[in-house]
Amino acid sequence: MQPKCVQICREDNVATLLHDAGAAADVEVVGEAAQGIVRATEPIRAGHKLALLAIQAGEPIVKYGFTIGEATRPIAAGEWVHLHNCRSRHDEGSSSLDLQTGVRGETRYE
Amino acid sequence: MNDATWTGYLRSDGRKGIRNLLLVVYTVQCAQHVAHQVASGEPDTHVIGFPGCYDNEYAIRLLLALARHPNVGGVLAIGLGCEYTQPARIADAVRLSGRPAEAFFIQEHGGTVPSIEHGKQLLADLRRRSAEAPRVEMGWAELVVGAECGGSDASSGLAGNPVVGRFFDWLVDQGGTAIFEETVEMIGLRSILSDRAADPVARKQIEDAYDKAEEYCRSVRQYSISPGNFAGGLTTIEEKSLGAVAKGGSRKIQGVIRVAEPPRRPGLWLLDSVPDPTFMQFGYTNPNDTEGIIDLIAAGAHIVLFITGRGSVIGSPISPLLKITGNAETFRKMSGDIDFNAGCVLDGSATLQNAALSLADLVRRTAAGEPTRPEALGHREYFIMYKHQNTPSLQEGCRA
Repeated sequence: MQPKCVQICREDNVATLLHDAGAAADVEVVGEAAQGIVRATEPIRAGHKLALLAIQAGEPIVKYGFTIGEATRPIAAGEWVHLHNCRSRHDEGSSSLDLQTGVRGETRYE
Repeated sequence: MNDATWTGYLRSDGRKGIRNLLLVVYTVQCAQHVAHQVASGEPDTHVIGFPGCYDNEYAIRLLLALARHPNVGGVLAIGLGCEYTQPARIADAVRLSGRPAEAFFIQEHGGTVPSIEHGKQLLADLRRRSAEAPRVEMGWAELVVGAECGGSDASSGLAGNPVVGRFFDWLVDQGGTAIFEETVEMIGLRSILSDRAADPVARKQIEDAYDKAEEYCRSVRQYSISPGNFAGGLTTIEEKSLGAVAKGGSRKIQGVIRVAEPPRRPGLWLLDSVPDPTFMQFGYTNPNDTEGIIDLIAAGAHIVLFITGRGSVIGSPISPLLKITGNAETFRKMSGDIDFNAGCVLDGSATLQNAALSLADLVRRTAAGEPTRPEALGHREYFIMYKHQNTPSLQEGCRA
């Protein structure tokens, strides 16, 4: 089955995967602003976001037609967009989290 | 559907309830065990309580709003006997609302076993008296529904919350009342929210509540986004906020209410549960999902819709919790706990409007007495703690 992702608004530069996508998988973009196919450059899990087009460092990441953060380095089309390359413009702690689990590294358990 | 009615219970303040429950209220942690034992084996009896020995005006307002909730028909307040919060004063306030109420101290009744026995006798008497509440017809215009989300994943913002938002639009159009909250999950959306204000007063209230929430998050360096949210694919608080606000639908926001303050007229309202600054600087906002649910019930919500993408098992006392997920896999895995699968809008098997109307039918059946999954499972989680909020305005309308 071809994995799908949802693009919510026309101006969004990321889409949310409805299924897991393997590396080099052709992902169908669905939704009212559907744009066709984007090829995943790496494995990306359902619920996570992939870039619909190339994004420069410092550029806004747009979902729901609204800025949800900004790129911390250049992002290629089809790349996973998450904590390692996108940071909040409000929550300064968002770059200190474990990429896989989201767990905060700075809390001490001693 | 639009002109559906069901049987409710008329209270002396004019509000109507969809349940006629008894409520045991304990006034210090030391009375918690006895309170729960009194209610044990009594399916119509729920328990809430405040753990602190030193009293707190916010907590007392919250206890009284819950004890005088339209779904409550009678109240038993139980204390240990040396705490600040007074069970007899709670019972007095409840009696003034037209409901039967009793109170006692464990120290004056010989400890655990005699107190449980005494409490059970009082409960039987309260049950007999609360059964006299007049039964009346009730419809959408008299219904108050709250919405809260927790354990969110990417599906919450794509399916669960948008379906609830569409239902809220429909409920408001029927003349009903809808309340959403979690101002700390609106970070980054100041202009989106204030542009939805019904009038200039509401706009000022929304902007003030937003600014307080943002200042709070900045000060404590904690935004309302958790490891499970990140693992589920949410990257920033702005992204989570956009998904969270979707549960508030698209209608105008009539104003901001604070904890224990009911909406003053029908329509869509925003609940602010963030502590106000005080010299003690105490109180934490949204420490868990249960606190938010309790705050919505204290505002008078008859039913609370709880949207959970990853899956939660909690319930609530007083007002039934309806659990909704936008994640079809979560619904499959936890079908015993979750009432409604909004994931149908993602696989194309239902439109947002159809899903919202199915949800409206489930809300109607719940209002008419059908137990929700958490209700049937006996989930009655509550969470009441120390906090400071400035006294809500009493100028317009009456407070519960």
